[in-house]
Amino acid sequence: MQLIRMAQMIEVTTMPETHPKKVLEVRDLSIGFSMQDRVVEVVKKISFDVNQGEILCVVGESGSGKSVTARALMRIARPGKILNGSIRLYDDAGRCVDITELDEQSEDMRAVRGDRIGMVFQEPMSSLSPVHTIGEQIIETILLHRNMTAGKARQEAIEALRRVQIPDPETAIDKYSFELSGGMRQRAMIAMALSCEPEILIADEPTTALDVTTQAEILRLIKRLQSELGMSVIFITHDMGVVAEVADRVAVMYHGEITEIGTVEQIFHKPAAKYTRHLIGASSRFTITGDQDRGGTLPRDGAKKMLEVRNLNLTFRKSTGILFRKVTEFNALKDVSFSLAEGENLGIVGESGSGKTTLVRALVGLLKTDSGTAMYQSDDGREFDLLQPNALRNAGLNREIRMVFQDPFSSLNPRMTVEQVIAEPLVMERKHSRSDIRKRVANLLDRVGLPSNVLSRYPHAFSGGQRQRISIARALAVNPRMIIADEATSALDGSIRSQILDLLFDLQSELGLSYMFVGHDLGVVRYFCDRIAVMHNGSLVEIGDAASVCQRPERDYTKQLIGAVPGTDPSNRRLILT
Amino acid sequence: MLQFIFNRFLTMIAMMLALSFVCFFIIQLPPGDVISAYAAELAASGDSGGLVVEQLRERYGLDQPFYVQYLKWVRNLLIGDLGYSFNLSKPVSEIISGRIGISLLVECMALVVLWGIAIPIGIYSAVRRYSAGDIFATIFGFIGLAVPNFLLALLIMYAVFIFTGTAVEGLFSAEYANAPWTPGRIWDFLTHVWVPVLVISTGGAAHIIRILRANLLDELGKPYVVTARAKGMAESRLIMRYPVRVAMIPLVATVGWVLPTIISSSIVTAIVLNLPTLSPILLRSLLSQDMHLAGALILFMGMLTLVGTLISDMLLIWIDPRIRTGMMDA
Amino acid sequence: MLKSPKPQQQPNSDDGFEAPTPLTTQGTETQFQLIWRAFKAHKLAMISLAVLSLLYLVAIFAEFLAPNDPYAVNARYTYAPPQELHFIDHDETGGWSIRPHVLGYKVEVDPIALRRTYVMDESTKYYIHFLPETHEVNMWGLFPTKRHLFDVDGRREVLFLLGTDRLGRDVLSRLIYGARVTLSIGLAGILLSLVLGVIIGGVSGFYGGWIDNLIQRVIEFIRSIPPIPLWMGFSAALPRDWTPLQNYFVITVILSLVGWTELARVVRSRFLSLKSEDYIAAAKLDGVSDSRIIVRHMLPAFTSHIIATATLAIPGMILAESSLSFIGLGLQSPVISWGVLLQEGQNLRALADAPWLLWPGAAIVITILAMNFLGDGMRDAADPYGSND
Repeated sequence: MQLIRMAQMIEVTTMPETHPKKVLEVRDLSIGFSMQDRVVEVVKKISFDVNQGEILCVVGESGSGKSVTARALMRIARPGKILNGSIRLYDDAGRCVDITELDEQSEDMRAVRGDRIGMVFQEPMSSLSPVHTIGEQIIETILLHRNMTAGKARQEAIEALRRVQIPDPETAIDKYSFELSGGMRQRAMIAMALSCEPEILIADEPTTALDVTTQAEILRLIKRLQSELGMSVIFITHDMGVVAEVADRVAVMYHGEITEIGTVEQIFHKPAAKYTRHLIGASSRFTITGDQDRGGTLPRDGAKKMLEVRNLNLTFRKSTGILFRKVTEFNALKDVSFSLAEGENLGIVGESGSGKTTLVRALVGLLKTDSGTAMYQSDDGREFDLLQPNALRNAGLNREIRMVFQDPFSSLNPRMTVEQVIAEPLVMERKHSRSDIRKRVANLLDRVGLPSNVLSRYPHAFSGGQRQRISIARALAVNPRMIIADEATSALDGSIRSQILDLLFDLQSELGLSYMFVGHDLGVVRYFCDRIAVMHNGSLVEIGDAASVCQRPERDYTKQLIGAVPGTDPSNRRLILT
Repeated sequence: MLQFIFNRFLTMIAMMLALSFVCFFIIQLPPGDVISAYAAELAASGDSGGLVVEQLRERYGLDQPFYVQYLKWVRNLLIGDLGYSFNLSKPVSEIISGRIGISLLVECMALVVLWGIAIPIGIYSAVRRYSAGDIFATIFGFIGLAVPNFLLALLIMYAVFIFTGTAVEGLFSAEYANAPWTPGRIWDFLTHVWVPVLVISTGGAAHIIRILRANLLDELGKPYVVTARAKGMAESRLIMRYPVRVAMIPLVATVGWVLPTIISSSIVTAIVLNLPTLSPILLRSLLSQDMHLAGALILFMGMLTLVGTLISDMLLIWIDPRIRTGMMDA
Repeated sequence: MLKSPKPQQQPNSDDGFEAPTPLTTQGTETQFQLIWRAFKAHKLAMISLAVLSLLYLVAIFAEFLAPNDPYAVNARYTYAPPQELHFIDHDETGGWSIRPHVLGYKVEVDPIALRRTYVMDESTKYYIHFLPETHEVNMWGLFPTKRHLFDVDGRREVLFLLGTDRLGRDVLSRLIYGARVTLSIGLAGILLSLVLGVIIGGVSGFYGGWIDNLIQRVIEFIRSIPPIPLWMGFSAALPRDWTPLQNYFVITVILSLVGWTELARVVRSRFLSLKSEDYIAAAKLDGVSDSRIIVRHMLPAFTSHIIATATLAIPGMILAESSLSFIGLGLQSPVISWGVLLQEGQNLRALADAPWLLWPGAAIVITILAMNFLGDGMRDAADPYGSND
């Protein structure tokens, strides 16, 4: 009772209108998928309202049923079926239509889609037709719902593109989606969804596939359009940071149910459900503000240098044509220099295509470099250049430098048991007996938090987090000094990510490891690393203490990058200034 | 894009050269040479003809090394001299030009029927997946792949013979065989041509149906289809406008292997049905080791597919914006 | 060294919020077990496997199974229709017993057309004997035997379950012997193609660069020429005086000339996609040698695909051999293959009189259907992990 009253109070204070008008009312909605012999319910009796002019965020981890719910609102959830419940859509005059009672294919339903409810999807590339120009697709939407000439519709489409700030909309309208950048594509997608000025916009993870700076732009755009057009937005996301930035109200979904719904302040400051607290806890660890140090031990002052990279250059060449070869060059790394001290955690951040993964792959010899040196001081004091061909294997350094890959599904050979995977580097040393190896593997599994009875299982029997633990065990098998983690936690959900990072910290304090940690999520890198190197278009633009890079960035690009990171507190928004 | 077309063109020229080399190799394969076979024949018929043989040998430069002979052969090809058929006592070019029209006509008709059958069935099968029609089409597809062309031709001939007592052979009834094209002859042609056209197109059609169905099923699950649905488009229009359009693109690229298949199966079919096309001539020339004629025919059939493939590539550029704008390789 | 684990590190200590992996398996099944399980679910493929096993057994034991000598000419019984196999034997007294038998032929000459027609003689019964000693054959060319699975008493009784051809030879026996040549030429052709394809495709994928480019162009070239005229050209050039065995091998080689391209393409593309897999990179960083990477990590990942592709390529070989033999440019009589047998049916008049000459065609269709289903089933089951494709 008290909670509800409080929720009303907060709503009253945050919303300009005294009585928010309902535009959508969902009651007891259940959605199921028919399997061979039974129906699996993926959304269970959920109820929520959407008020006019608000952004409702639906947040949950993968598989929580949030996307299916969004599609069910448009009746495009096939093969999912609505099992029961109602979805009432109200118009200005207060008349309502129950979407669940319409036939999926009927004209009435189609009149709702695109005209009264617009939708934006996660992957702008695959969500736009590859063989039609964006103009053709927008004009088509307009002509479906408005009675006008093609010429007039084209003018409207240009206006729609202008509204989403696509530069030079008169030319852009005749472009194909693959000719635009990721951000521009998503703008075009939004322009299409808004071309008929719908009352409700459903945005299904619209920024998940985008880089952080582009994400910030799209979030600002959606927020601005929402207040300009006075429409309601249902914003689906898994990212609590995004929620904190844009939401007016939040619905938290877990296993097909809404565990909690309330205003954004309420959810963040007084979460009622355990799951909500868990979500917030997982994301608030990774803030870029504040002066906290990483959990492990800091490297000693004046620790000796372990790796010194100088003027590293790498070019990708692609040749086309048979007789008249045309070689296209792409400078993936330009004069990259940095160093790594013993016991230190160095973070390498950048957006996609910045060259961060290329850099570490070059260091371990998976890619050939054009020029530069990477001098490595081995445990016994010798010095090697890692960029020499087969340097790791020839000098026996692949015991000292190990790597953990991003994708826990493709980095383990599906045809080898866990034991075989982890034992591979030991077997290659050819000096351990079979029983020794088995004992050691069991020990390693124990160390990374997996029971030793999984030895004879194959990787497909494990979840993403467990697989990443196996990868770490493989990296540890030969007592390494340095571990390169290439986006090692990016494919994992929030809470699992924290656990893996904690495991890495524990191992560090125990074994005295150094990490090179590649990531695109500044919050995670800030949490894990002592120093951060920022990469952009193949160059290393800035390197320094984690705290100073995040709080007092020097370069413009770094400032832009830092400025684009969503905050964790809805009352202190970083991206959207109201 | 111009560069792409140019490159394709050069590739085709290179392939034609390679093809001509292979054909010449085949010509040279049988032990001895044509002239000695011819001379043997002459001798057998009691005609010494030594002078003619010597002249011929000189004309074809058979006493010269392989590559010189090859170059001469290619040069002759370029000026339209395809050699001389000793068995039919006619220049090869004359034999080919006499039958090429009808060969191409039958093959083109088969191609049209192939696409005409395959495309609607493929689309239907994918959109109405697991319906009775789809299952029927799938069964048809498997059978179509499993029945050899010559067997299908035999079966049709047999069935027609049993039911009507007439033999469906050739492309014309006797009275129209050498007549000029009149409506009567066209009708007569149509009553004959359906058998080879049907036989030639079945195997290819079965294959295309499978490919189109798989492609379209892939495309039907793509996010852009959901986007179109979310716009409020009617389902039937949506399917034709988006996924079908995209799924058809790789089909154009399959022309590259459909043409060789069509030519191959038309050869076997034409032999079984005794059509007045180039194929029975090819068989006869091979059986009698009349290699100049055979080599020219094989070269000609190969060229046909190479040109066809080039045309399909051009078509691909025209219909796929991703290739047109250089975003993707063909 | 590693210390003992800390107590708070519990497995699955994920607060219960990590989505559990759908465990459809115990997680301990090997690749082969997973493939076999997926394959078993494919009903048609399983049936096809049984059918093909049967066909190959027939081919292997042709001498033992064929009731007649396939080359034996019977001037009395040209174009004799198939005898019906009766199981229940009624005797004069009205009683019956289970005793398989066929009826003898009575030859009637049509007085107008002067054509011979065969009528079944209800009064002569030829009883089927099992494991009798009749005509002598040389089993596998190794040892002579007279023992056969079944036959009638051979001195004056005849058994033509599928009829006879123009020379009165038993179609069933010829079909059984033909299976040996047709089925084995498919296998031999595919084996040769496989060797060529794996080596050339492997080289192409492993070395890349100009070698890869060259090989790709050659493959493109071969695939763009219509195969039948090419095969015809090559086989027409064979010397006429070669032995059947020599012919057989050369035809195999000719078919493989085109057949290897598809396999090479598959091998190469699997090689390239595997090369970029993270687990291959991980193995490199484990210090694994190149040869061990290929043998231990790459080969197991593509054998199943290669076998499936090879199976799907066999029908093409069989079709090609039959077509070539049918038009007279492949195997030649006296070699018996299904294609050679069908040549008998090329004459429409003969076919109208003796439609049973088309039985080898049915055998071809059944074999190819089964091969296609089997290959499809294998291809679907080939990658039980799905994720790394």
